[in-house]
Amino acid sequence: MTLASLLPFLAASEARAEGTFWMPEQASTFAEEVDWIYYFIYWIDVLFFFLVIGAMVYFAIRYRAKTGKERTSPLKGSHSLELAWSAIPGLILLSFFWFGFQTYMDMQVPPKDALNIRVTGQKWNWSFEYPDYGIRQGGDQGLVVPSGQPVMLTMSSVDVLHSFYIPDFRVKKDVVPNRYSTIWFEAKGTGDHQVFCTEYCGDDHSRMLTKVHVMEPAKFREWVRDNKADDGPVDGQSLFSSMGCIGCHSIDGSKLVGPSLKGKYGTDEQLTDGSTVAIDDNYIRESIMVPGAKVVAGYAPQMPPYQGRLNDEEVNALIDYIKTLK
Amino acid sequence: MSSTTGDLAPGHEHDHHASYLTATKGVASWLFTLDHKRIGVMYLVAILTFFLIGGLAALGVRAELFTPEPDLFTGSQYNRWFTVHGAVMVFLVLVPSIPASLGNFFLPLMLGQKDVAFPRLNLLSFHIYILGALFLIYTLISGGVETGWTFYTPYSSTTDSSVISALMGAFTLGFSSILTGINFIVTIHKMRAPGMTWRKMPLFLWGTYATSLIQVLATPVIAVTLFLLMFERTFHIGIFDPALGGDPVLFQHFFWFYSHPVVYVMILPAFGVISETVSIHSRKHIFGYMAIAASSVAIAFIGFLVWGHHMFVSGQSELSGTIFSLITFGVAVPTAIKVFSWVGTMYGGAIRLNSVMLYTLAFLFIFTIGGLTGLFLAVLAVDVHMHDTYFVVAHFHYVMMGGTLMGFIAGIHHWWPKMTGKMYNEKLAKFGCLVVFTGFNLTFFTQFVMGARGMPRRYHEYLPEFQLWHQLSTIGAFTLAAGLFITLGYLLLSLKNGEKASKNPWGAKSLEWETESPPIEHNFVGQVVCDHGPYDFDEIDYSRG
Ligand code: HEC
Ligand SMILES: [Cu+2]
Ligand SMILES: [Cu+2]
Repeated sequence: MTLASLLPFLAASEARAEGTFWMPEQASTFAEEVDWIYYFIYWIDVLFFFLVIGAMVYFAIRYRAKTGKERTSPLKGSHSLELAWSAIPGLILLSFFWFGFQTYMDMQVPPKDALNIRVTGQKWNWSFEYPDYGIRQGGDQGLVVPSGQPVMLTMSSVDVLHSFYIPDFRVKKDVVPNRYSTIWFEAKGTGDHQVFCTEYCGDDHSRMLTKVHVMEPAKFREWVRDNKADDGPVDGQSLFSSMGCIGCHSIDGSKLVGPSLKGKYGTDEQLTDGSTVAIDDNYIRESIMVPGAKVVAGYAPQMPPYQGRLNDEEVNALIDYIKTLK
Repeated sequence: MSSTTGDLAPGHEHDHHASYLTATKGVASWLFTLDHKRIGVMYLVAILTFFLIGGLAALGVRAELFTPEPDLFTGSQYNRWFTVHGAVMVFLVLVPSIPASLGNFFLPLMLGQKDVAFPRLNLLSFHIYILGALFLIYTLISGGVETGWTFYTPYSSTTDSSVISALMGAFTLGFSSILTGINFIVTIHKMRAPGMTWRKMPLFLWGTYATSLIQVLATPVIAVTLFLLMFERTFHIGIFDPALGGDPVLFQHFFWFYSHPVVYVMILPAFGVISETVSIHSRKHIFGYMAIAASSVAIAFIGFLVWGHHMFVSGQSELSGTIFSLITFGVAVPTAIKVFSWVGTMYGGAIRLNSVMLYTLAFLFIFTIGGLTGLFLAVLAVDVHMHDTYFVVAHFHYVMMGGTLMGFIAGIHHWWPKMTGKMYNEKLAKFGCLVVFTGFNLTFFTQFVMGARGMPRRYHEYLPEFQLWHQLSTIGAFTLAAGLFITLGYLLLSLKNGEKASKNPWGAKSLEWETESPPIEHNFVGQVVCDHGPYDFDEIDYSRG
């Protein structure tokens, strides 16, 4: 660890910057500002720590009782000292507040021309929709954004709370059911960055990860062209991964949070209420739209409802795909 | 002189001058005692037992995190382990810790009284505590909960684990806190020894007083919140669950309206202990008595206005976020004043570096780091990055575990001779303190580093880049546990073969030291009068001006 790595503000730049001892890589316009404030507080903290703890250690040694018969000072306080050590920290703290407030306000107000992307959080998958381009993806595909251009995420959850966090961008916001929350950022440089879910959401909270892929604007346009919804047939297999089904249902027979869908079609299913149903198109449709209606024995009702998120064509494609899992 | 081993012939009226430990015999004489000292001791034993349970859960969590992959637990088991750790530590250990044990024992003694104002209420609050604990134990046996100690909705309103019994536990424990709080407030207002003005009260009592105010004012809010959540789960009426038309963020407001003040319930009594120990073992008058006393009360009140700083990224409005951030700095100032005053107290003293003082210094070291790192989290833009990462975990362990626990252990060592009549092995105590201090910092300092680098909290698995820090932290946790076991060991040994403690082994001036060690059943013979301040030590050389 060199001194320069602790003083990142000496090396501000256009491109993404290496991480320092404390902070991860700086890959958005906010990162630099946040780190500046972080290190500003950090050095003042270090100074105060050494003043206070230094004085404590010094007094402990200097005034250590040796004979046990020492006489001690009658000092009971000092108004001027007390005033000083209330007022000086108070003023310093106000400056902390002010810097933090300014950058925070920048984080809250997205520029008008930001690229809009919708984010849906669900147990345990992030999916992304580009309304301008009709692109929808999720699972391992991650979020694709252009560099050097403001991007705004409008986020919502379909089940419990989640939180969308990109450490390299220094942005985070809770993703709440029945409510929209927003984040905006402008990525610097190109490359991949980790996304975490940071609001506890159950069994696979720590697997609710994905990546942001930052591309040159030209490459991003190319990506859009390649992925733009054409009016061709909907692909059940890709929906199965982008809608997060794959996180809870294996296609190889192994048991995850939900039952494996391998070879399921056409068999009978035991439900928690003791009854059995035949797994046919209607049952699968209902399982996807209102999973709580019939719950498979031995499983908790963990599946989020897809009512309103998938249209008929998409549900059909999913059913057709499930039929092929032999 | 009264005897400390007052054994009596059976059938006799018991000896009022016998030690409180031996005045009456049998399990029932403890479980149904009205003696605040016995109630304090029972709390102490119960709290330490739960501390052991919560601590073992923490070791389970740390052991799992030794490698990035799942080793010991599945995701859902891991989530139960950290929930047990959090819920037990908060509701059964930290909230009652100092006030219920040391507070119960010493509050009447320091006031020069024979008991608290309402001894029966005091016993009731202990029984309620045990009842609440039983609910939580039942929760554990019936499969546990995995909501985290925070019970955030809608997770807690939809999961099918034993949420109801856990909520019942926390709900019940709230009543125990409220009753203790009321009892202490009334006792302090109405029952001070003749001559003991508010300004002559030991600072431990000021800390306890401020704590009691919070307990009485804040606890009903959490009780109502938990009740609403139980109601929602049972009758499916939408309050917090959006699927039923409720508002999940409302729960967070309610929850933190209680849970933020409650961090002061945990820390203010520790401040009180440190104010005693730093002055008594430096042989010097406390620096800035009024500033310390008043800042406790100020913190208690401002503490009610900052709950939103737990919610900067929850989607609450920018305006609320800004106001909460600003007010939060308002709590930092009185806290800083205290730390400066404690260090100021050491100036010009004759400092005994015994184990009590070492724990006091450890407290100052750790708490200062806890406080200073809180500043990052109060700053809006930085909190956006740090929120719900290990940085926050490290911060509140520095404050809650480092602060409250170091204060608690310092207090136990300081008052051990008075409570038990025995001295412990000082050499082992210093060694234990060193191990605890090292283990603690290794466990939690590493968490600041990984948190700032982006490691989210409540993760069962993690990315390999964080492994080094997690491993150091796990090693630290086991070191810390070893230190605590050493401490428990010599304390228990001292009961058997410790040297007998004198009335006032530290040369302290507060009234609890004027009775026998251990105190007689009714605390004092006759009415004690308070004719000096609690920090007017014999060594002070008033001629120095
Ligand atoms: C959060 C985990 C989760 C996600 C995501 C999820 N499911 Fe499920 N699913 C479950 C669980 C748990 C069950 C069994 C309990 C029940 O019936 O509700 C289940 C049951 C089912 C069933 C009935 C299976 C049987 O054996 O009877 C089908 C079909 C199904 N899911 C399809 C899907 C599809 C298609 C998707 C994606 C669009 C999906 N699931 C997404 C957890 C999930
Ligand atoms: Cu999540
Ligand atoms: Cu999560």
